Amino acid sequence: MNVVSMNRIGKTYHLDAVDVPALIDIDLEIRPNCFTVISGPSGSGKTTLLNLIGCIDQPDRGEVIVAGEAVQKLSDDALSDFRARHIGFIFQNFNLLPVLTVEENVEYPLLLARVPAAERKRRIGALLDAVGLARKARNIPGQLSGGERQRVAIARALAPSPRLVLADEPTANLDSHTGAAIISLMREMQREHHVSFVFSSHDPKVLAEADDAVMIRDGRIEKIERREQREQRKEGTS
Amino acid sequence: MRTLSLALRNLLRNRRRSLTTLSAMVIGAVTVLVFGGYSRNITLSLQTSYVMRGGHLQIQRKDYFLYGSGNPAAYGIAEYQHVIDVVARDPVLAPMLAVVTPTISLGGIAGNFAAGVSRTILGAGLVVADRNRMRGWNDYGLPIDLPPSPLTGTAEDAVVIGNGVARVLELCEPLKVPNCPQRTKSEPAAGASAPADVAALSALEARPAAQPGEARIELLAANVHGAPNVASLRVVKAERQGFREFDDMFVGMHLAQAQRLLYGAEKPQATAVVLQLVHTSQIPAAKTRLAELLATMPQREPLEVQDFETLNPFYGQAIGMFAAIFGFISALIGAIVLFTVGNTMSMAVIERTAEIGTLRAMGLRRSGIRRLFMSEALLLGLMGAVAGVAAALCVAWLVNHAGLTWLPPGQVDPVPLTVRVWGETPMMLGTAAGLALVAVVSAWWPARRAGRMLIVDALRHV
Ligand SMILES: Nc1ncnc2c1ncn2[C@@H]1O[C@H](COP(=O)(O)OP(=O)(O)OP(=O)(O)O)[C@@H](O)[C@H]1O
Ligand SMILES: [Mg+2]
Repeated sequence: MNVVSMNRIGKTYHLDAVDVPALIDIDLEIRPNCFTVISGPSGSGKTTLLNLIGCIDQPDRGEVIVAGEAVQKLSDDALSDFRARHIGFIFQNFNLLPVLTVEENVEYPLLLARVPAAERKRRIGALLDAVGLARKARNIPGQLSGGERQRVAIARALAPSPRLVLADEPTANLDSHTGAAIISLMREMQREHHVSFVFSSHDPKVLAEADDAVMIRDGRIEKIERREQREQRKEGTS
Repeated sequence: MRTLSLALRNLLRNRRRSLTTLSAMVIGAVTVLVFGGYSRNITLSLQTSYVMRGGHLQIQRKDYFLYGSGNPAAYGIAEYQHVIDVVARDPVLAPMLAVVTPTISLGGIAGNFAAGVSRTILGAGLVVADRNRMRGWNDYGLPIDLPPSPLTGTAEDAVVIGNGVARVLELCEPLKVPNCPQRTKSEPAAGASAPADVAALSALEARPAAQPGEARIELLAANVHGAPNVASLRVVKAERQGFREFDDMFVGMHLAQAQRLLYGAEKPQATAVVLQLVHTSQIPAAKTRLAELLATMPQREPLEVQDFETLNPFYGQAIGMFAAIFGFISALIGAIVLFTVGNTMSMAVIERTAEIGTLRAMGLRRSGIRRLFMSEALLLGLMGAVAGVAAALCVAWLVNHAGLTWLPPGQVDPVPLTVRVWGETPMMLGTAAGLALVAVVSAWWPARRAGRMLIVDALRHV
């Protein structure tokens, strides 16, 4: 079963007198254990789409089903609990809690998901090792570089073992070298943790890493390319 | 769980703002507590002053309090000794009792016929030994020290008068009253000696010859049958009384002397039995027990009990006034703290909008966001409460050691000014709890606003 399934989704922003249609008639399936990239020019609706997938915003029309749940029917509290269990977030600005240490930041979603202490400790250790920050577990985010902060954010997003991790332009605030490292780390973690990653970028180069590539323009899906199709095409050309 | 530690770290993160807010709370707590301690000290000093002189309770003839001063003799308690015995022997009352003593109030005219002056007075008949024990009452350990009555060890014709009485009767000189303006002696007043009728009455008394330099007054009072009676009395001392009205009227004498004036050769009575309790807080219990005891007594003389607050309405008025000012100051400080903490929390919410969005996206419920800010305010409030009480104790200590003095009513010498904060546990706890409560209340709106933010809007905020 697909992790996310969207049916004829529409979302319009109302600015004073003008209506800005941000998403129009979106039909989208996010497959399990896949690395999905949403790409498109600035203002095309990537962030809006990710917000709907992440259950932090509501569409005006259509139906969103995440992890088998019709999330629009959930109350705010139920939706919060749902996010805590099933969805991890990685932000462009890292958004770590500045007063918590690295390990406490990773621990926070585990507390929200009521994971017992011993299990928390185990997961934090494993994740910080995996993102290469075990040595900085006791540092606070202010003492880390941007790349390191985003690694902490990746560990934090994966800590509660979610079904889905969302990352809205996670490399936009990093230099291209660090950005590339973050993307390959995300790719690696996605495979290891058997989780679906959805990640937005207006950089067409990152499409190479994707299992699925969703091209979006002016609020409409222009093209969805599955890895199989691309590989078939490659074989066809060779 | 982690909420409080997170709150503490967030407060420390913005140290300067937290400190500013804290100092507002500390200043507020100091103001409330120091004023509270000051008014508490005055209340207790007043109370001590009244209890030293008049005890806690008085057993009187029914309606004496309303009408008795017009005719004290008619409202006498003939069986007062029996009443005293019953009260003193009662197993319930006895442990609460410090002193039980009979007393007489009488009205009359005191004259210094040598100077040709006279005035109406309020006389009190006292058992001096009992009164001296009453003067030792100091349940709150105040720096008040009332010396034994000047009547101690004097003959039965000795009296003590208020400074005002001495002034009006032109007795300041022989009594050596300080700061007592005396009319310049112009011409001798109309009668250099007592009028014939008064002199005749006075002559009925065995009257010792006046010594030179000795202060004497003649006291004229109506006896139990309404006939005038006169006593010639020796003034041993003029003593300042608490209130001017009283100071200008007071003549204190031995009980036996007062009884002789009112009842002559008849069976002596008392107008009241005064009870001084060990603690003021025992008044309700003592009153209840007294009512039971009085109900069992013969109904020939229906008796009732009055407490010192009823007998001295000024006490209640003073307490009421201080309570009103205290309430006003507390409300004002509360409002200031409310807005200060409210403003601090609003700023914290705005500053941390992106953080709120992040936490909500990660699955923290609205109530969790509210709890985050409320516990921050609670912590701030508790820190302010502790620091405020500590600071108030320091300020009170400084005031108490600054050598300031004041003159409580009824005292002759100024006493050290003390601010009672230490030991006033209900006041300290109340102020601390109030401060913490106000802090939490003031965070309610900002916290609610934080909880209701739209996640996507909050996340867009930089
Ligand atoms: N809160 C909002 N109010 C009004 N219009 C909005 C709001 N958020 C987005 N929009 C509009 O909706 C459209 C899609 O915006 P969105 O942020 O989803 O684009 P994006 O693809 O993420 O762009 P970028 O690459 O610049 O981040 C844009 O035209 C934008 O102006
Ligand atoms: Mg965007």
